[in-house]
Amino acid sequence: MTLKEVKETLNADVISGDHDLEKEIKCAFAAELLSDVLALAQEGALLITGFTHAQVVYAADAANLCAILFVRGRWPNEATQQLALQKKIPLLSTSYMMFDTCGILYEYGLKTCALKVTNG
Amino acid sequence: MDRTENNILFHKTFHIEGGNFPNAGSISDQVKKALKEAGCPNKVIRRISIATFEAEMNVICYAKRGDLSLFITPNFLKVVVDDEGYGIPDVNLAMSEGYSTADEKIRELGFGAGMGLPNIRKNADEMILTSKFKQGTHLEFVIYLDRQETQLPFE
Repeated sequence: MTLKEVKETLNADVISGDHDLEKEIKCAFAAELLSDVLALAQEGALLITGFTHAQVVYAADAANLCAILFVRGRWPNEATQQLALQKKIPLLSTSYMMFDTCGILYEYGLKTCALKVTNG
Repeated sequence: MDRTENNILFHKTFHIEGGNFPNAGSISDQVKKALKEAGCPNKVIRRISIATFEAEMNVICYAKRGDLSLFITPNFLKVVVDDEGYGIPDVNLAMSEGYSTADEKIRELGFGAGMGLPNIRKNADEMILTSKFKQGTHLEFVIYLDRQETQLPFE
């Protein structure tokens, strides 16, 4: 699905990256732990998170993730937005909770792309 | 691992201030930029960026200060991190997934899950970690440019 479809499906606001809405999203990774993002998220994934500080953008950039979707109506501050613009990482925000957000996107056909872990 | 002296194409040392949480990630960002400018392959850049991010967080979270040096050679990339701080009393324990001494502040930032050092080991081809308790920690890791078969299983 495209980022535009993500936006429409979740009634999300585009915080930045309007011109990147045609970007194709192959998979998604949801986390409230940046350690997990760095350890498990696959390249090109849509990151779904409630964290809005700048480290989310740095982590997404380090792991080559394609966009960040904030849940629970979370909205990053100006500094985080500027960093995302600089890194060309589109930012979206939806008022849905994490579980609903993931469920709606999964139902739409978006798949997980995390590495399967065997234990813990 | 001590092949650093030969054929260094690029070398830069970055200073990291312990406890500087607002800027966490900025050093690995600069490392990524340097690797892009040097024309390194994207997959290698991703592995180094992730490992460097984790190493940077460790200095910010657990040390007073530290220096992170990046070496680019035709055959490998190397990152060396030396910090002054609390050190690691038990390196083997610190290397096990899930072990963490992180406080609430670190966890609020989404780190401190005990995944950092294992994640560095996973992304690097070689890794050395030594520490003197209450003095500091020495970490170095290498990614070979001529051994690209050693990629992560999901890439």
